[in-house]
Amino acid sequence: MEIKKPTIKGIPYEEWKNNDYLEDMVRQLNENGTNVVVGCLDDLINWGRSNSLWPLTFATSCCGIEFMAVGAARYDFARFGFEVTRASPRQADMIMVAGTITHKMAPVLKRLYDQMADPKYVVAVGGCAICGGPFKKSYHVLQGVDKILPVDVYIPGCPPRPEALLYGMMQLQRKVKLEKFFGGVNRKQDKE
Amino acid sequence: MITIEPEKIHKALADLRSEGYDFLRSLTGMDWGEEGLGVVYHLGKTTTGENTVVKTATLNREHPELPSVCDLWKAAEFNEREVYDYFGIRFIGHPDMRRLYLREDWVGHPFRKDYDESLNPLRMTNEEPDDVTHHYEELPDGSVIKKREVIFDQDEYIINIGPQHPATHGVLRFRVSLEGEIIKKLDVHCGYIHRGIEKMCESLTYPQTLALTDRLDYLAAHHNRHALCMCIEKALGLEVSERVQYIRTIMDELQRIDSHLLFFSCLCMDLGALTAFFYGFRDREKILDIFEATTGGRLIQNYNTIGGVQADIAPDFVKKVKEFIAWLRPTLKEYHEVFTGNIIAHGRLDGVGVLSREDAISFGATGGTGRASGWACDVRKRHPYAMYSKVDFKEIIRTEGDCFARYMVRMDEIVESMNIIEQLIDNIPEGSFQEKTKAIIKLPEGSWYSAVEGSRGEFGVYLESRGDKYPYRLKFRSTGLPLVSIMDTVCRGAKIADLIAIGGTVDYVVPDIDR
Amino acid sequence: MFDFSIVTQWIHSLLTSFLPEEVAVFIECVAIGVCILLGYAIIAIIMIFMERKVCAAFQCRLGPMRVGPWGTIQVFADVFKMLIKEIIAIRHSDKFLYNLAPYIVILASILAFSCLPFSKGMEVLDFNVGIFFLMAASSIGVVGILLAGWSSNNKYSLIGAMRSGAQMISYELSTSLSLLTIIVLTDTMQFSEIVERQADGWFLFKGHIPAFIAFVIYLIAGNAEVNRGPFDLPEAESELTAGYHTEYSGMHFGLFYVAEFVNLFIIAGVAATIFLGGWMPLHIPGLDGFNTIMDYIPGFVWFFGKAFFVVWILMWFKWTFPRLRIDQILTLEWKYLVPIGLLNLLLMVIIVVFDLHF
Repeated sequence: MEIKKPTIKGIPYEEWKNNDYLEDMVRQLNENGTNVVVGCLDDLINWGRSNSLWPLTFATSCCGIEFMAVGAARYDFARFGFEVTRASPRQADMIMVAGTITHKMAPVLKRLYDQMADPKYVVAVGGCAICGGPFKKSYHVLQGVDKILPVDVYIPGCPPRPEALLYGMMQLQRKVKLEKFFGGVNRKQDKE
Repeated sequence: MITIEPEKIHKALADLRSEGYDFLRSLTGMDWGEEGLGVVYHLGKTTTGENTVVKTATLNREHPELPSVCDLWKAAEFNEREVYDYFGIRFIGHPDMRRLYLREDWVGHPFRKDYDESLNPLRMTNEEPDDVTHHYEELPDGSVIKKREVIFDQDEYIINIGPQHPATHGVLRFRVSLEGEIIKKLDVHCGYIHRGIEKMCESLTYPQTLALTDRLDYLAAHHNRHALCMCIEKALGLEVSERVQYIRTIMDELQRIDSHLLFFSCLCMDLGALTAFFYGFRDREKILDIFEATTGGRLIQNYNTIGGVQADIAPDFVKKVKEFIAWLRPTLKEYHEVFTGNIIAHGRLDGVGVLSREDAISFGATGGTGRASGWACDVRKRHPYAMYSKVDFKEIIRTEGDCFARYMVRMDEIVESMNIIEQLIDNIPEGSFQEKTKAIIKLPEGSWYSAVEGSRGEFGVYLESRGDKYPYRLKFRSTGLPLVSIMDTVCRGAKIADLIAIGGTVDYVVPDIDR
Repeated sequence: MFDFSIVTQWIHSLLTSFLPEEVAVFIECVAIGVCILLGYAIIAIIMIFMERKVCAAFQCRLGPMRVGPWGTIQVFADVFKMLIKEIIAIRHSDKFLYNLAPYIVILASILAFSCLPFSKGMEVLDFNVGIFFLMAASSIGVVGILLAGWSSNNKYSLIGAMRSGAQMISYELSTSLSLLTIIVLTDTMQFSEIVERQADGWFLFKGHIPAFIAFVIYLIAGNAEVNRGPFDLPEAESELTAGYHTEYSGMHFGLFYVAEFVNLFIIAGVAATIFLGGWMPLHIPGLDGFNTIMDYIPGFVWFFGKAFFVVWILMWFKWTFPRLRIDQILTLEWKYLVPIGLLNLLLMVIIVVFDLHF
């Protein structure tokens, strides 16, 4: 059974900005093929996972306030099933790296990531988490969390608007839908 | 500015202290290059509001040593640790000479002009908590020895709160020694969001430095930027138009309401009343709409510029602000019904975490925290700037010094802020919103200090220029650093749940502490 | 009123007609066990969904909206995710106890759950010391929580577990006292009997003031016993990150999570049974026509209607009040609720002895 193109309710497929990237992922995953029963189970699991992404309450600076605003009444990410923010990394599904990561914080963040249970996803929120942002020249700021963690979705902005955060979360949902739980590799590892 | 030899500095400062200079406003480390490493002390009298600036410098770059003033002002404790961290100046007699922000295994001191950045690559090893500190003591013969001291014993029950913890409001870390649920001792670890803003400013032009101030205390973005703009304008001798003064004042007050609403939300969330959290955020969005229409930013607005503001106010600004105020007044009553009147809220806040007036002054804990302890420290009243001398408003002061007083001071300040805005909003004069400035701004040689009342205390900017287009040293008086330094004093003997209530009402913002 | 025991008896006679008695009973036991687990899971899912929607409504939000119509199948998505989430083995933890703890909690919860009389003739465990058994079974849960906190090798967990130990054991006293007040009135501990005695009016109305006081105490103490806000100290999110289950991930955490919600339902169900008449319709003595109409509404509708009403009240509490502090919680129990409960019991005894009740 083939993995289909990831869609999100209410938004036309063409309006997403990164379709070719995901289509490439779909093509790679479909190369090996899966049998129908297992494929159905995969679909069910991916549906569950993508609709129940519980974020870790983690924020270091300005973006954290926007993260709270997304949870609050006007934007309300509970609509997507994200509202159960867990304070314990063991119970969270994704970590939103909202804010600057400094050299002192980097090992702590890595440790938090290691403490999370699989499957786990990382969203880099804001310029600081993506590349250091306005603090690129600082002696104590990590130049992007992708140096220490595998990042799934980048949400640019300083800080990103709540709408951008929601868009990023939906992109993560689309990406989660392209996974194989039974058999098959999800990602081709680069030879090192 | 008085310059005093390092040998006499302690005596001179002790004299000033007994003269009535009881408020150590700011303690700035300096690297003057040829003239050595030193410290600038900004002192204030709380009784008369007089200010004085004292500086001292030592020529020894290898082992710079200065006497500590911890015994005179408690505020020096954290500030001297900061200076030690940045410049490597050892303070003799300071009880706890650890680094404040950087890791213990950091090589060198980043704020020195000869600092080599390549010595400190990213270290991914976990920091082991050793709970040992050291201090320097001067022996009678003049030699200095290093003494080890244990902060927590082996058999103490220590829990670690933070850096990732829902109630620390960011990445602050406390190590707390407990006896059952009662806090015996608390040790603050800062620096998890130390971004080196002051150091970065030294290589940025003046208009560029403005961008970073918004990110210090993002809930007082306007205030911070206002302070730096004022300081640069003071140095340039630039007068801004009355229209700009009005706009800046209104924006400052809106920002204060925004910050205090967020304070209310977060305090309620920390105490477990989640619904009130959503109420606060719901109303805060309305201010953000007003900000957005005029400045284009929600949380970080980048609005003030040198000599004015970025853009003129939006056409419906006045109408929107009036609507908002008309809407917030009854809503505040709702807040009081939901949370303030609640018996559990009273039980959690009344008489918890009492900070005495003397301690507040000695630690320099300004803002709502200081005013709740009976210290009239509002910069808007003491040293009026912008339009504050022309508007009529009350400085909210309570004398209890407990969590409830801190909470009520802020809730009442929302009302005062609304009064200020109402007085100004109808008479914004015509005029230009931006004075003409040169493309490249160079300041004359000298040093300036200016302060505004931020959302959570006095936010000061100390600027030293050597005639360049870059500042030689730019120091921000953090509003949050004095607030965390009171935590140990206030929390001892309280329960661990009280720590959360105290942290919530003291209302620090961590990026502002770490800078 | 439809008596569910007709169905069970028919099944029993059907099975015994071609099977020996022992085998038939065995099959019935297994079937009932499966039914209970199924019912337990369904109640848990309904409760979680209700909690999300109710709190969203209080907070001017919408709550889950995107998964299924009005977000109705949101919880299923959570369940699928939780089932395949990794269960982390913690180093330096007491492996056996660490893995055992969630099952003790869920076991206690299921045992208590199976005591509830859902409808007429639809009781699973119904014997002459029913209330006593329910109290005993539900108090096993505290052992699981203590073990979870102790075996995780985490200081937050340990503090959370100690708090919950102190809190749950204390509040057990108040719940028992308030239940005892009603038992004085009914002179039986059997659930089906208690419900039958309320045919001419619920105990909340029959028992005068003491029944009402007992009801209020029961709601407060019951809320505290299931560690729900404003008494959610053991897992106080802003203090102890997640309290006793900080280190649990995947389905182990899911079991704690589910048990918390079903325990709330059990508390509400017991309150509905003891004070509000369980599956017994609203009867007003003297109005026979009204009573007959009420009887047409099936018993389980009455039961679930009452139980969810109480659940809703408790959720209202949770989302309105700030959290108490540990010393305040114990003060409330030992200085106020227990003495009031004891006096209340005395008052009820006087009323019963002098036959002053309706």
